[in-house]
Amino acid sequence: MSLLELTARQLRDGIAAGQIKSIDAVTEVFGRIDAHDPTIGAYITTFKEAAMESAFAVDARIAAGNPIGPLAGVPIAVKDNMCMQIGSTTCASKILADFRSPYDAHVIEKLTDADAVILGKTNLDEFAMGSSTENSGLKQTVNPWNTTRVPGGSSGGSAAAVAARLCWAALGSDTGGSIRQPASFCGVTGLKPTYGRVSRYGLVAYGSSLDQIGPLTRDVTDTALLMNVIAGHDQRDSTSVSESQASVPDYLADLEEPIQGLKIAVVSHLNEGAETEVADAIGAALQVYKDRGAELVEVEMPHFDYAIACYYVIATAEASSNLARYDGVHYGHRTTDADDYVQVYSKSRAEGFGAEVKRRIMLGTYALSSGYYDAYYLKALKVRNLIRQDFTKAFEQADCVIMPVSPTTAFKIGEKTADPLQMYLADVYTLAANMAGVPSVSIPCGFDKVGLPVGLQILSGPFTEDRLLRIARMYEKQTDWLTRQPPL
Amino acid sequence: MGHKIDIDQVRRVAKLSRLELTEPEIEQFTGELSEILRYVEKLNELDTSQVLPLAHCLPIHNVFRDDQIRPSLSTDRALANAPDREGEFYKVPKILDDNSGA
Repeated sequence: MSLLELTARQLRDGIAAGQIKSIDAVTEVFGRIDAHDPTIGAYITTFKEAAMESAFAVDARIAAGNPIGPLAGVPIAVKDNMCMQIGSTTCASKILADFRSPYDAHVIEKLTDADAVILGKTNLDEFAMGSSTENSGLKQTVNPWNTTRVPGGSSGGSAAAVAARLCWAALGSDTGGSIRQPASFCGVTGLKPTYGRVSRYGLVAYGSSLDQIGPLTRDVTDTALLMNVIAGHDQRDSTSVSESQASVPDYLADLEEPIQGLKIAVVSHLNEGAETEVADAIGAALQVYKDRGAELVEVEMPHFDYAIACYYVIATAEASSNLARYDGVHYGHRTTDADDYVQVYSKSRAEGFGAEVKRRIMLGTYALSSGYYDAYYLKALKVRNLIRQDFTKAFEQADCVIMPVSPTTAFKIGEKTADPLQMYLADVYTLAANMAGVPSVSIPCGFDKVGLPVGLQILSGPFTEDRLLRIARMYEKQTDWLTRQPPL
Repeated sequence: MGHKIDIDQVRRVAKLSRLELTEPEIEQFTGELSEILRYVEKLNELDTSQVLPLAHCLPIHNVFRDDQIRPSLSTDRALANAPDREGEFYKVPKILDDNSGA
C-alpha cells in the first residue's frame, strides 16, 4: 500500500513504531509532487534536500531509541505567509518575491520541535487577500477535483496540497474564511481556531484583529493532532491567550467521545441562501446528527448578514496600516525608477502589489481617513459587536451552530475575477467567525452533481475547539466521504 | 455615508496610500470602490447609537515584560534584505535637495 493513503496520525504512528521510515514517506511524496504539482500548482517552493535531511534525522533517532515528537517524520506543507529561514517567504507577492526571513514563525518552531518534516511553502492569494488563490502574484493553483475550478482561497495551495496528497497535512491562515472555504472547495478538513489560541508571531499580518493560523488536514483526527502541536501561549504575540486564561486541552484525548445531549443551533434563512445542492447537503448532515440523538434549535442571528460589509471595512483598514511597512527601504522590492524618496515608496508599492492588494489598501485608507472614520470604521466596529452578541446568544441555547461554508461549490477559474464585489459576497458564511473570534471548522459533507466537494461549517464558543472537533468527529464517523479522492 | 467616491478622492487616497497608480487604475478603482462603498452602506440600516465599538473580540490587556536584554537579530541579519545599504545603514535617495542649505 502506498504511504500516501495513510492519514498523518497513521503515518506518525507507523514511523514511531519503526514500521515506516520517514525518508520513504518523503521520497514518495516528492515523487507525487514532481508528477502532479506542475498541474495543481500548490507549492511556491519545495525544500527537498532539507526535508530529506530532517527525515533521515528522525529515522536515526528512532533507530537509536531516542525520544521523538508528536509529528515525528510527518511531511507537512506551510502557507507561504509564515516566516521561515529556509527559502523565501513571498506571501505570493512580487513585493516579497526575494524576501528571506531572518527568523522562523512560532508555528514553524512548534512544527520543528514536534519533529515534523516541512516539505515547502504553498500558494495563496497575495497577502492572503482573496477567496480563490487567483490573486497570487506568482502562480495559479487549481482544484484537484476539477482543474478548471479554483481551489478556494486564500489558503488554496495548502488545501489543494492536502486534497491531492502532495503532503500529509498543511498550515493555513484564516482572516475571513481563508482556511475553511478552500478546505470546503477541496474536500478536506480545515479549522480556524479561536482568535488568540495560536500565536501569530511570524505570520505576515493582514487583518491583525482577525488573522489566525490553523490546520488543513485529511480528517478531524489529524486536525486534533496538529492543534496539539501549534496551540498555546507565546509571549512574542501579545494577543496570544495565556493558558491560565484558557487552558490548552489534549485535542485527541476525548475525540472519539460523542457529546451527550448535543444541541445544534440552526439559522434557517442562512441555509436557504445557499445553492440547492449545498443546502441539501447541509440538511442531510443535520439529519445525521438528529439520528445520533442531537436536538436542533432554531435561532436568529439578525446581524449575520452584515458581516460582509463589516469585514471589508475592518479588514481593509487593518491591512492599509499593516501593509504600510512595504516601503522599498527595509526589505522587499524597490523601484529602480525613483527621483526622490516619495517615489521610492509610491513606485515600489505600485510595482510590487497586485490589483486586489491595492484595492484593499485604498479602501482601508479611505475608511480611516479624516471625515470618513466615524461613518465607516467606527460604524463597522459597532456592528462587529452586534455580530458577536448574536453568537453569544446562540451559544447560550446550543453547543454549536451549523451552516454552509460557502453558498456554492468551487467556482470556475476566472468566473469572479472581473467583479471584486461578487468575489467578496462569496464569503458570506465565513466572515462572522472572525468578527466574533470564535472557532469554526469545515468538514466534507458531500458532493454536488459534477463531483465537487461540499463543506459543512460548525462553529462553537471561544476556546472550545476540543468539543468542536468531537462534534465534527461524530459526523465524520457516520459518513464515508473521506474514501473519495480527486481523479489525478 | 450616502457618499459616492469620486475620481479626485481616489487620487487623494492613492497619495495617502503611497501608491503611484496609472490613470486606467484610478478610473477602475473609482468605479469598483464606489460599488463596494455602496454595498457597505448596508451598515446604516442598523441603529448603533447604543452600541459600543468592538476593536477586539477578546478582552485585551496590556502585556508587560521585564526590561531585560534578550537575544535579537544582529545588524547584518536585520539588514540582509535591504534593497540598498551602506555599512550599518539603509541607503535611500536624498531627502533634502541640494539648495535646501542643509
